[in-house]
Formats: sequence, C-alpha cells, structure tokens
Amino acid sequence: MFKVISNEEIAPQLHRMVIEAPRIAKARKPGQFAIVRLKPGAERIPLTIADDDPEAGTITLIIQAVGYSTKEIVATQPGEFIQNIAGPLGKPTDIEVWGKVVCVGGGAGTAVLFPLAKGLAQAGNELTTIIGGRSEKYVILFDELSAFSKQTIATTEDGSLGEKGFVTGPLKRLLDDPATKPDAVYAVGPVPMMRAVSDMTRPYGVKTIVSLNPIMIDGTGMCGGCRVTVGGKVQFACVDGPEFDGHDVDYAELAARQNAYQELDEHGCRLDAALA
Amino acid sequence: MAEISVKEKMAIERTKMPEQDALERSRNFKEVNLGLPLEWAVREAQRCLACKKRPCVDGCPVNVHIPEFLAKLADGDVAGAAQILRVDNALPATTGRVCPQEYQCEGQCLRGKKGQSVAIGWLERFVADWAAQNLAPDKAPAAQTGFRVAVIGSGPGGLTAAGELARAGHKVRVFEALHDTGGVLRYGIPEFRLPKRIVDQEVQNLRELGVEIETDVIVGRTLTLSEIREEYDAVFVANGAGLPMFLHVPGENLKGVYSANEYLTRANLMGAWMDDPCGTPIARGKRVVVFGGGNVAMDSVRTAKRLGADAAIIAYRRGKDEMPARKEEVKHAEEEGIEFHLLVAPLEILGDEKGWVRAVKLQKMELGEPDASGRRRPVAVEGSEFELACDVAVVALGTTANPLLTAAEPDLKLDKWGNILADENQSTSIPGVFAGGDIVRGGATVILAMGDGKCAAQSISEFLKGKTPKAPEKAA
Repeated sequence: MFKVISNEEIAPQLHRMVIEAPRIAKARKPGQFAIVRLKPGAERIPLTIADDDPEAGTITLIIQAVGYSTKEIVATQPGEFIQNIAGPLGKPTDIEVWGKVVCVGGGAGTAVLFPLAKGLAQAGNELTTIIGGRSEKYVILFDELSAFSKQTIATTEDGSLGEKGFVTGPLKRLLDDPATKPDAVYAVGPVPMMRAVSDMTRPYGVKTIVSLNPIMIDGTGMCGGCRVTVGGKVQFACVDGPEFDGHDVDYAELAARQNAYQELDEHGCRLDAALA
Repeated sequence: MAEISVKEKMAIERTKMPEQDALERSRNFKEVNLGLPLEWAVREAQRCLACKKRPCVDGCPVNVHIPEFLAKLADGDVAGAAQILRVDNALPATTGRVCPQEYQCEGQCLRGKKGQSVAIGWLERFVADWAAQNLAPDKAPAAQTGFRVAVIGSGPGGLTAAGELARAGHKVRVFEALHDTGGVLRYGIPEFRLPKRIVDQEVQNLRELGVEIETDVIVGRTLTLSEIREEYDAVFVANGAGLPMFLHVPGENLKGVYSANEYLTRANLMGAWMDDPCGTPIARGKRVVVFGGGNVAMDSVRTAKRLGADAAIIAYRRGKDEMPARKEEVKHAEEEGIEFHLLVAPLEILGDEKGWVRAVKLQKMELGEPDASGRRRPVAVEGSEFELACDVAVVALGTTANPLLTAAEPDLKLDKWGNILADENQSTSIPGVFAGGDIVRGGATVILAMGDGKCAAQSISEFLKGKTPKAPEKAA
C-alpha cells in the first residue's frame, strides 16, 4: 500500500500526486516510469515518475485523467492509499552532455519531459524548452521548466498563451538559425507531435530522442504488449525504452496499436457503460 | 483394516476423474476436473503395489514419498497421507493439478507397464484439497536459526524454496515483481486448470509457516541483487520466464496479435475474463489461432474458446505425437471442440485496412528426420501455402531470459542465452546466491522449478552451516 501525500490539479484533468514509495524514490532515475494499480481488480497503468525525494521517501507522478482507471487514480485523496506501485521501470534517460538541447513537450507529455529536461540541465546542457497545448490551461510546468531552461517557449493552438500554432513552429526557427541550432532534441507528447518533430529534425541531422508510451501490462518485459518497431527491429518499450531514436520509430504502427482498445470499446462500449 | 492381496489390488481398475461436461465447460472458467470422492480415492490408492524399487519417487522432481502417502490413503488415513505430502511438497494442490504425471511418477509406475498406472496426480490433488478443508496449516518451527534468506520470485520455484527454508527454521522474505503472488501459477495457468483459490491457499499455508511476501519489488530495478545480499544471509533467484518469443514473420505487430504471456496475463492475472468494465480489456476473437503445441498454447486456445470464440484453433508445425503439452490437456482441448491444424508453419499475419489481424498465412509441413530434440523435424512442402481467417492470433512459442535482474549484476555468470548458470546444487557464480526454475532452465515446467527450489533450499541450509547470521532475528 502506498500513501498519497498530496494531490493537486495543475491543469484540466492533469494531477500532480506525491506518493510515499521509499524503495522507488531511492532507485529511480530520470526517464523511468512506474506501474500503478489503484485497487484489486483495477488495471495496471504505466506512469512516468516526474520527480522524487529519496529523503522523504516520496515520488511525484503527473497523471492525465483520460480513461476510467486514471480518473479513479486522481480521485485518490491525501491520506488515502494506492494498492500497488511497481518501479522504477524502463531504462533511465541516457543523460549526455550535448551542448545545446531543445526539449519539446506536448500536453501531458510535458510532465514526462520534465525529469529529462531537469537531468539534462543538471548535466550542463543549455536548454531551450518548447511546450505546447490546446490552450493556456493545457500548458503545464512552464515556471518549473523555466527555472533551468535558458529560454522557455509556449505554443497554443488557439493563441491564448505564447505563440499560436504548434511546437514545430519555434523548433523550425531554432533549427534554421546556426546560432541556436541544437545538438540534440528531446520530444515527448502525443504520437503525431513526436512524429512531426522527428520528421522536422531529420533533414537537419539533429539527434532526436522520443519517449514512447504504448499499451503495457507488467512493464517488466514479460508480456510484449508494448512492442514497437524501431529501425526495423521489434523492441519492447518497457525494457528497451521508453526512449528511442525518434528518427527510427514506426509511428504509424505505434499509433495504431495505442488505439486498439478504444476501437474495441467502440464495439463493446465497455468503457462508456462503466462511466455512465 | 485387512491386508489387500496383490491379486485384489491388480483387479481394481484405474479410477475415472469426474469432469465438467465438455460443451458446458468450454463456455465457463470453472475447473474442468471436479476431484475424486473419498471412496474412489481410497480405492485408487489401494491399486499401489508398494513395489520395492519405488520408481515413482525417482520420477518425481521433488521426490514425494509416494508409496507412503498412498499407503496411508489406502488405509483411509487421509490426514496421515496429507502430513507426508506437505513435508515433501510445498504446493501439493498445484502439482496434483498441473504436473505432467505421465512423464514423471505415473510414467514410472510399475502398474503402468502392464495396464494403467496408479492415478498419483489425482490422489495428490485429493489429499491436498482434503487437507486444505480439514487440517490446520503447519506453523513456523520453534527452533529458528536466525538466518535471513531472500527469495526472488513467488512462482512455483520460489514458493517451494520458501516453504523448505521456513521449515528449516530460517526467516524467509519473498520479493515478487507483480502485484500478486504465484508467478506463472497466477498469470499463466488458467482458472479452469488451476483455480486461483488454490494458489491463494498454498500461499496462505506458506505465510502460516512464517514466510513474508512483498509484492511490487522488481529485483534489478526496485532493489538490486547486491542490495539484497547486503541484508540477507543467502538468496534464491527464481524470477521466472522472461521476454516472449515471437514468430518473426510480417504482420506480427498487427492489432489482435498477442504473445501467449500477454493473452494469458490479461485473462488470468488481470481477470479480463470476468468482464468487469473497469478492468483490463482483452480482444475476444470469433476465430482465434494459437501458434504452438505446448501447455501454454493449450491454455491459450482453451481460454479463447471460453472467451466466446466460435473457432479456437491450434496451429502447430509438427504432428500431434510431437506436441509437448500434457496429454490430459490435449484430450480436454479436443473434447472442448478445439480445432487442430497440425503440420503447418506460419509465413505471415495478414491485416485489414484498420490494422487488425484478419488471417494467417500458413504453409504445410511434413515430418523429416529426427532433430536434436529427438522429434522429427518439420520440412516445408513447397506450394502448399493457404490462408486461415482469424481475428485474434496468439503466439505461444516460449520465452527468453529476462535481463532485468541479471543486467545489474555483472558478477553473476550467464549462459549464452542469458540464463543464470547454476550447478547441480543450484549454486551460481556468486557465493550465497542460488538460482533455479526458468531463469536457469530457460523454460520448463512448474514441477522442475519446484525441484530446483527444494534443492536450492537444502543447499542454502548447507551453505549457512557454521556461519553467523548477518542480522540475527530474535526467535519468536
């Protein structure tokens, strides 16, 4: 049992939860995730560990409440318990000293980006951070990321904050200007965004790393449900990833596999029935 | 009770196992075998000739005192039989259900040479189930050694070692990666073959013996083996099977294509068969093709049938005689209407416009000369390709070693497949670290893992002799 210490809504349906998990707090490195199962009978949900405090024995999870299970998780109040948290899982981010790095976060992916960006900054990289969302209230962690970024740029689809448009707008400018051209790009967000970023950086020959979130069950390599094709080879995101070279990922396959159970729901309306 | 003559014993016919009706059970997840009534069990036990050579005991990987427990049962002393059984075997209700007895105890039984062997597996199951209802579990022994032993994995190997170690007076803590106990007994073997209440009860018996179990600890990630070694006097690694193997044919990442591990984990561990809308989903195919001929393939295809498939089909590249599955599982599968496409190999998995599997493309095979495994090697028949329509495909080809624990431990020697090297005492290259089950064998059976666990527990007690506990536990 894992005690919830705090739980705040930092954007619509996006919660920051601090949870007691001393073993994970001690072992966890940036880029790793945990599998959360709220209660008996519930699904196992992979969630990125945004931060840790080994002395307090806590981890921070940033959770987008999009489905039945994540909605139930974020409804857990401080003082209440989560039945199971297993982790840290996945390979830690390979924090390198690249020089100039652009970190790109889309929507809730910004929460996944946050620990990577922090690690990259701590290693001495010069960070430009671009974060995007549908509108102002969906752009998260701006101040937190600004604390260690040389420059932080927000984009919104409706122009309610920062630049109107997508994250690829400012990225293009940075790539085109020799003074700002990055040595590496890290991108985390919805599959179409990571695909667009990777397509954009490819002609510039800029190393691009993405963090994938396919469907997973155990998170330890046992089920193979999270398999993705990277550079023509089948990889398991849970043990070989979750970070991969963005230029090698088969995004079409990834997007299709992510939708598998929504499509099943359309047939069976399982989720709708549960939420009604 | 009066002695029964050999002649009388020989005259008794092997008992039948009452089963759920095949059609009915193919649509539910209740156990297929219903268990023997007391009178039948006693009568069956009386068939044992108590022969001198005791070949059944040699055939048993955990060396259960079979003739002794059968003798008690034959006398109607079920409690006496249970006491013998529980000391020899930490999970008797499980092995009585899932062991391939035909290759082990029953395969060696003298009565099987001329006629039918004694139904040792069914009797083991009977005695274990009776004990669960009628006997209090054993408690931790009064004499504690003060040694603390860590067991990694709560599958059959780990649980067996834990039970043996606890009975030897050591303090045992089991670390389990998943959220629940039992390993393959829970995530892999379906309810209709091994009800989860049996696993719960076997685990509870170990807790009564003083075994502590901590779930959600992935050794290699949450804790490293080195960290565990600092705290514990010895370690048994039985973290089980690893990454599923795939066919490496085009189309394998289509939606509706599962590894057997994923398919069974969804159905068993995550309870997808219970159809709880809040829980884990599973694609319920109308036509399900399962690749493989082992127990995991049989479990998958029979699960598919129970999840509502009109056609649940085995596609296997050798013949029926070459199938590694337990005979009883193949028989049950046939009775339940499972279709067998034998001597076929997959070439490709074909998808529809939305990326879901719609068919598998197969090629016919014929059997050639025996290969290294002694089974006749399948050889492709040119020009024999055909398509078999399906909406779910399950790949049950086995697993490779899980690297999570071993990657963090450079001193732990591995074989070329990444499995831990262990000697006949289950000792590894690190003193005080023992290993067994699938992480050593690369994929075997429940009972072989249990044999390793039992052997490792004895080796650990031997290893600890004369040593001083690192952090002595006060005897309770």
